[in-house]
Amino acid sequence: MNHADALHAYEAPTSLGAEARALSFSYGSQLALKNLSIPIGKNQITALIGPSGCGKSTFLRCFNRMHDLYPGNHYEGEILLYPDRCNILSAEIDPIEVRMRIAMVFQKPNPFPKSIYENVAYGLRVRGAIARALLDEKVEQALRGAALWDEVKDRLRTQATSLSGGQQQRLCIARALATDPELLLLDEPTSALDPIATGSIEELLLDLKQCVTILIVTHNMQQAARVSDWTAFMYLGELVEFGPTGRLFTTPSKKQTEDYITGRFG
Amino acid sequence: MAAQSPLRQPPSIARRKTAEAMFKVLGIGSLAIAVGTLVLLFGTLLFQGAMRIDWQFLMSYPSRHAAQAGILPAWVGSTLIMLVTTVVGVPLGVAAAIYLEEYARRNWMTELIEVAVTNLASVPSIIFGLLALGLFVHILGLGESILVAGLTLALLVLPVMIVTTREALRTIPVEIREAASALGASKWQTIAHHVLPYSGAGILTGIILALSRAIGETAPIITIGALTFIAFLPPTPFSTQPPYLSFDWLLSPFTVLPIQMFGWVSRPGEDFASNAAATGILLVGMTLTMNGLAIYLRYRMRKQVSW
Amino acid sequence: MSPSIVAAKNTSPLRSLGGGDIMAMHRRTQQRRERVIEGGLFIAALTSVAATVTIIAVLLSESIGFFKTVPLTNFFTDTLWTPLFADPHYGILPLLAGTLVTSGVGLLVAIPLGTVSAIYLSEFASSRVREVIKPTLELLGAVPTVVYGYFALLVVTPGLQQIWSDLPGFNMLGPGIVIGIMIMPFVISLSEDAMRAVPMVLREGSYAIGATRLQTAWRVVVPAATSGIVAAYVLGVSRAVGETMVVAIAAGQNTNLSWNPLEPAATITAYIVQVALGDLPHGSIGYQSIFAAGLVLAMLTFTCNILGHLLRKRFREVY
Repeated sequence: MNHADALHAYEAPTSLGAEARALSFSYGSQLALKNLSIPIGKNQITALIGPSGCGKSTFLRCFNRMHDLYPGNHYEGEILLYPDRCNILSAEIDPIEVRMRIAMVFQKPNPFPKSIYENVAYGLRVRGAIARALLDEKVEQALRGAALWDEVKDRLRTQATSLSGGQQQRLCIARALATDPELLLLDEPTSALDPIATGSIEELLLDLKQCVTILIVTHNMQQAARVSDWTAFMYLGELVEFGPTGRLFTTPSKKQTEDYITGRFG
Repeated sequence: MAAQSPLRQPPSIARRKTAEAMFKVLGIGSLAIAVGTLVLLFGTLLFQGAMRIDWQFLMSYPSRHAAQAGILPAWVGSTLIMLVTTVVGVPLGVAAAIYLEEYARRNWMTELIEVAVTNLASVPSIIFGLLALGLFVHILGLGESILVAGLTLALLVLPVMIVTTREALRTIPVEIREAASALGASKWQTIAHHVLPYSGAGILTGIILALSRAIGETAPIITIGALTFIAFLPPTPFSTQPPYLSFDWLLSPFTVLPIQMFGWVSRPGEDFASNAAATGILLVGMTLTMNGLAIYLRYRMRKQVSW
Repeated sequence: MSPSIVAAKNTSPLRSLGGGDIMAMHRRTQQRRERVIEGGLFIAALTSVAATVTIIAVLLSESIGFFKTVPLTNFFTDTLWTPLFADPHYGILPLLAGTLVTSGVGLLVAIPLGTVSAIYLSEFASSRVREVIKPTLELLGAVPTVVYGYFALLVVTPGLQQIWSDLPGFNMLGPGIVIGIMIMPFVISLSEDAMRAVPMVLREGSYAIGATRLQTAWRVVVPAATSGIVAAYVLGVSRAVGETMVVAIAAGQNTNLSWNPLEPAATITAYIVQVALGDLPHGSIGYQSIFAAGLVLAMLTFTCNILGHLLRKRFREVY
C-alpha cells in the first residue's frame, strides 16, 4: 500500500475488500466529508461510529453512490473496490453497476409492498434473471442466509409488510444478499428494532462475514464492540481514529475517541 | 371599558357568546344553501325527468316529437369520445406527471412547464373549444369529428390528470425508492416496478375525476361544431373483414349527452324540458357516481397508508 | 463508452446469472432505453406548453384578421355588437357588460356565502362535520354546467319571477346566482386551505388573552390568511367570467348593453356558443369575431389567474 498513512501502516487489515482514499464529499457548497482514508478488511466487519451528524451515514452512502440520486453532490478522492481495484467514484463509472456489486440495508426496514418472495427476488430480476428454478434457489439461499427461511418458508407469497419489524429487517438483508454482493453496507440496521431482534441481527452479521465484506454504521457503541473487527471513529466529517475494535475501545489513542466511547460527549 | 375590570363584564361575555352562536347559524346556513341547492337540483331533475327514462328513451334517435325522442346517438357519442379522451389523455397526463415529479431538473424549462400546467388548469373550457376549432378542425382538417372532440377533452383534462398523478407519486416514500436503487434498479425500473404500482389507486382517482369532468363538458364541444340533432350512429368499430377493426368512427360527426340536453333545454315546451331533465339525471348520475368513487378511493387510501 | 466494472463480477458467485459480461451488455441497452423513456416523458410534459402556445397563436392569428376589418377604437367604443347583421357593428362593450354583470352577481353570492362557510369549516366545524361537508361540496362542483343551465332557466328564474313578476324569462340575475352557487365550492376550498395554513400558535395566542373563537377567526385567522382568501376570490372571478353554459341557456342570446341584472343580455361566452351553433364559413368576419371575443375573454381570465397565483404564492411563502 503506497498511500497508507503512518497510522494504518501497522494497524490495518491485511486483505482488503474495499478502501476509501482521501475521500471528500460535499452537498452543494457544504463540505460533509473531509479527506477520509479508511481500509475495509475483506470478509471482516468494519464499524463506523461517531455522534449524529458526524457524516458516518454520508460516508456509507458514498460506497453505493446513493448520493447520485440527488442533485448537487460532489465527490473527491477515491473508493477502490477490490479485487479489481476500480475507483467506483469515477465519473465514468455507472452508479447502477456499482450498486450491482455493493448492497445496502437501511436504517428503517423498507420492504416493498410486494410478497416476501418478490422482495428477495427483486435484485435478481433487475439483473435480468427470469429462470424460475434459479430464482427459487437464490431466494431460498438468501432467506436461509438471513436466518429467516424457517419462519417464512410456508408463506412466501404473503405481503412482506405483514412481517414484524425484526423480520422485515432480516428480509431486507436477505434481499441484499440474494445478488451475492461483494460488500454489504448497513446503515444503523437495528436502530428501529427491539433488543431481541437486534440480537438476532447481530448474530446474523457475525455469520455473514464469512461470505461478504461488511461495513456498518451504528450509533450504539456496544454493538460496534460486539460485532466489528475494525472500528472507525468519525467526528465532524473527519476520521479521528481507525483501528482494531478491541484496541480502539480499550486504549484509544486520541482524546476525542476516549471522550466519546466513555460517554463524555455525543 | 378601561375603568372597569374586564373580568366583571358578564354582559359582554354573554354578548360574545350570542355573537358566536349567531355566526355558527350563519355558517351552517351558508353551507345549507349550497347543499340545499344540490338537493333541489336533484329533486327537480327527478320530478321532471324520471318518468322519461325507459328503454325507448335510451334506444331512440332524436325526434321532433318529444315523446318519441331518445338519446341513443348521444350516449354512444359520449362513450366513444371518452374512449378517445382516455386513450390519449391518460398516458399523456401520467407521463407528464412522471417527468415533472421524477425527472425534471430545476431549470427554466421545468418552470415553463409548471406555469403552463397551472395556466391550462384555469383556462375557461370554451377557450379549449376555440383552440380545437382553429387547430384540429381547420388547420389539421380533422373535421367536426369524434376524434377532435376526444382530443379536445384530453387537453382539457390534462392539468387535472397531471396534478392528481403528481400528488399520488409524491406519496411514495423515499425509502422505497432508495431500496430499489440500492438493489441496482435503474431510475425507470424504480418507477415502473415500484412507484407507479404503489400509487395506482391515487392515479386511478385522478383518471376518474378527469373523465367525470370531461363527460359533462359542453361548451368546447359545441364550439368545434357538434350538432344537437343527429339521427344516425357512427360506423361500428368492428368489421367482418380483416383486420376486423375499423377506425372510420373516429372521423364521424356526433353528438354527446350534454349537448343533447342543451338542445332540449333551449326548446320551448314542457315535453322537451322533461327530455332534458331525463338526460340531466343520467349525466348527474354518471358524474356523481364517478366522483363518489374517487372520494371513496381517496378515503380508503388515507385509511390504509402502509408506510 | 464508459468502462464497465460489472465484468469483474465474473469472479463472483453471480456467474450463475450468466456472468458479468452479459450483465454489462444488458446495462448498455438499458441505458439507451432509459434515455429514450426520459425523452418520451419530456415530450409528454411539453404538451402543456404546446397547448398554451397554440391557444395564444390561434386566438391571435384569427383576431388579427378580425382587427384588419375592425379598428380597435370601434371595438372598444361602439356600443353595439351585431357582426351578423346587414349593418354590422363590432363593439365588445355589450358582451363585456353581460359578462361582468353575470359574474358580479355570482360573486355577490359566492364571496359572502363562501367566506362564511370557509370560516365555519376551518374554525368551528368538528372534523366529522368537515368530512361529510367537504365531499358534498366537491359533488356540487362536479355537476355538469349544462345541468346548472337547466336549473337556472327552469327553477331559479321562475322562482325569482315570484318576486319580480315582470322579470323576463331570460335575465342575468338567475344565471348569476347559479354561477355564484357553482363557484362557491371552489371559493370555500381555496379559502379554507388558506385559513387552515395559519399556524396554530397564532390562534392559541389569541385564545390565551381571552378571545372567543369568532374573535380569533375574525381578528387573527382571516387577516393572517388575507392574501390566500383574496386569491380564492380572484380565481373565482376567473371561473365566473369563463362560465359558458349557464349564461348561454338562461341569460338570453341578445346582445344588450345593460348593467341591470334584471334584463337579458348575452355574454362573451354565450356569443361564442351562439355563433358556433350556426354554420359560419371559415375565414368570414363572423368566424373571426368569436376568436376576437375569445381573446378578450382569455385576457380577462389570464389576468385574474396570474393575480390569483401571485397572491397564493405570496401566501405560501409566509407560512
